[in-house]
Amino acid sequence: MRTTMKIRKYGIAFLLSLLATNLSAQVSFERILNAEDEPENWLTYNGGYKSQRYSKLDQITPENVGDLKLQWTLQNQVFGAWQSNPIVADGIMYITERPNSVMAVDAITGRVFWKYRHVPAENALVCCGANNRGVAILDDKVFMGTLDARLVALDRITGSPVWDVEVGDVNQAYSVTMAPLVVKDKVIVGVGGGEFGIRGYVAAYDVDTGEEAWKTYTIPGPGEPNHDSWEGDDWEHGGAPVWITGSFDPELNLTYWGVGNPGPDWNAGQRPGDNLYSDSVIALDADSGELKWYFQFTPNDAYDYDSVQVPVLADIVWRGTPSKVMMWANRNGYFYVLDRVTGMFLEGKPYVTVNWSSGLDENGRPIPTPQDEGMPTFPGNQGGTNWYPPSFSPRTGLFYFSAWQDYATIYRAEESEYEPGRAFLGGGFSVLAPVPGAPTIGIGRTNPINNWTNEVGFASLKAMDPQTGEEVWSYDQFDVSDSGMLTTASDLLFTGGREGYFHAVDARSGDLLWNVNLGGQIVMAPVTYSVDGVQYVSVISGHALSTFALPN
Amino acid sequence: MKTPIVKIGRLASLALWGAFSILAQQAVGQEVGDHQYTSEAVETGSRVYTQQCALCHGPQGDLVDGIDLSIGQFRKAQSDSDLVGVISGGAAEGRMPAFNLRADEMNGIIAFIRAGFDPEGVAVRIGDPVRGKALFEGKGECADCHRVRGVGPRTAPDLSNIGAIRTPASLQRNLLDPATALLPINRPVRLVTRNEETIVGRRLNEDTYTVQIIDSQERLRSLKKSDLVSYEISDQPSKQPTDMTSDEVADVIGYLLSLRGIE
Repeated sequence: MRTTMKIRKYGIAFLLSLLATNLSAQVSFERILNAEDEPENWLTYNGGYKSQRYSKLDQITPENVGDLKLQWTLQNQVFGAWQSNPIVADGIMYITERPNSVMAVDAITGRVFWKYRHVPAENALVCCGANNRGVAILDDKVFMGTLDARLVALDRITGSPVWDVEVGDVNQAYSVTMAPLVVKDKVIVGVGGGEFGIRGYVAAYDVDTGEEAWKTYTIPGPGEPNHDSWEGDDWEHGGAPVWITGSFDPELNLTYWGVGNPGPDWNAGQRPGDNLYSDSVIALDADSGELKWYFQFTPNDAYDYDSVQVPVLADIVWRGTPSKVMMWANRNGYFYVLDRVTGMFLEGKPYVTVNWSSGLDENGRPIPTPQDEGMPTFPGNQGGTNWYPPSFSPRTGLFYFSAWQDYATIYRAEESEYEPGRAFLGGGFSVLAPVPGAPTIGIGRTNPINNWTNEVGFASLKAMDPQTGEEVWSYDQFDVSDSGMLTTASDLLFTGGREGYFHAVDARSGDLLWNVNLGGQIVMAPVTYSVDGVQYVSVISGHALSTFALPN
Repeated sequence: MKTPIVKIGRLASLALWGAFSILAQQAVGQEVGDHQYTSEAVETGSRVYTQQCALCHGPQGDLVDGIDLSIGQFRKAQSDSDLVGVISGGAAEGRMPAFNLRADEMNGIIAFIRAGFDPEGVAVRIGDPVRGKALFEGKGECADCHRVRGVGPRTAPDLSNIGAIRTPASLQRNLLDPATALLPINRPVRLVTRNEETIVGRRLNEDTYTVQIIDSQERLRSLKKSDLVSYEISDQPSKQPTDMTSDEVADVIGYLLSLRGIE
């Protein structure tokens, strides 16, 4: 600290200029639309509407990444996996904390300007932790979904709530854990509750008032197309939640959403039919919510293969033809390339061992090969991958994601009866272990000792070529990984894993360039931004958000 | 290593703290403000409450669902005359009976409630929230700096929720003697940077090396102290004690107490 500075307390009032009310730069829809052209900011959950998690920043390079230095750390005040993704706008970071707090943080120092706390209703119910994955911003507002299925709009400068509306009935175990998606004048969210017999939907709300603009169910009701993919009243509690942020194509005016598992989870025989639109990607008109097309990855799913992955969009020359594609590494073990104009299947191949299906037909429909009772199914219940955000680099043309290799599950189906607000699972499962009674992979890591070892499954960071559907390289880790991806214009790939290592990998070769042990599981993707010409990379490990940059 | 600056700051705050203590004592003793209730009334109310009201409302005033008398949370009543109406007329379709109290008893119960259930507290008169809103936005000049439910500037703290987090007595003190009520974190600051930029604003957060403020342009700014040539903290709020009448103050308090978050 400089000793020439004077800190004094004055007995006089400073006149605040009352006429000066110029707001700082607003984050307009146009800015979000062109987010990739202002890489100094990270304006949406996935870094732009295409959800590529690719940044044009290139100050940090393969040559100097080894010089990265910790700039600041923000400690979480609550325990539990911190799956939140920061948004950065004009030097201010917006980050959520369990269960439903939002902080505005100075992106250079990590110090907090304000904190808003929403206390969810006591009976809020989520299957897998009090997670919140972040906020969306537009103009002077910040939007957050809550565990008790509300949507809250806050003033971006003061953190004061502007409106707070119900998205779903908390008594029926509806919840919102995803970061909302803002499109034009609407803020769009989906609901969780797939383990509790909800009927899923995506709904849009007016950004100024919170008034509901449209609501599209992920399970068609009587009289709607594809209602006959369900029998009897199964559709009423058939799950199909939407708990990961979607993507948006402004030219097509379509939003894309991954839809979760049908319910009850593990007893497919209790709900005959394809169970549309569970385990599908749906394309909804951004203004009306009208369903334009769907593609189902796993019909009549018996394995909890939620398709809640991020729809990654790219405009590429695909096998000689300029194409608007969507790339998707699915929880069911297949990597897909789809035409996002029509939903047509272009390519699909397994990226890990798959035995629940022997392959895909020409329309991308899996050929089912259910295993005998007591026999392992590959991939296991957490899937070949899950909700962890992937990345696509337009420079390398490759798609990057965290896969779980050699991981299998033995399923047990049971008849379940729906009761409001109670688990509706249809049986259970156990993870295949090499030795009877050995510890197996859980939903997160709470033990610093990896007592399940790689024999139960391990992480493989994969680079996929959408032209072939094949893996180009992989980078394996001893433990599994729930970490997402970030790529940059200097061909760096940043990611992490449950072991707590934060990795920088060469995006072309897969070679490890640098890593640091941050000591806590990394269960979200890193982000990058810049302020005053300095590029920063932020990642959450355990209960700490750490931000790195090059020295001066 | 401690720098001389830190010492200066610490001495200043100690001096300030002493001044606060003296003022706080005075506030109780000489009944700051011109509310209509006396300390005797509050004491009387405490006794009457225990005899007549505590059976249903509980010793803390929070046993009836949706009501917390000690923090001024009622179902419908807002003004003192509303409360008198409820007590003397009954409420909730007979579930609360009508009470036939002497004037000094009635006066005492209202005083006790308004004192936040503190038998030694200061009771505050609460007026009409509708008139109070007009004063807040007009003569009182509160809306020149404060924001309520998405309307107004952000330079002073947002008051949308103030009725739920402040007692009537605290609100009254803010109006009548803002210098003793201003929370330290909210103190106005004036910073001059090495680039000769002068920044005036309200402090939001501070540590040894940095300070976070909202400036007069409503921008969130984080400054490194090493980048500053001067950093001044004022113990004077930008607002002087109000010159509203006691009736008007009561009305503004009535309005502020009605602000319990967004609708």
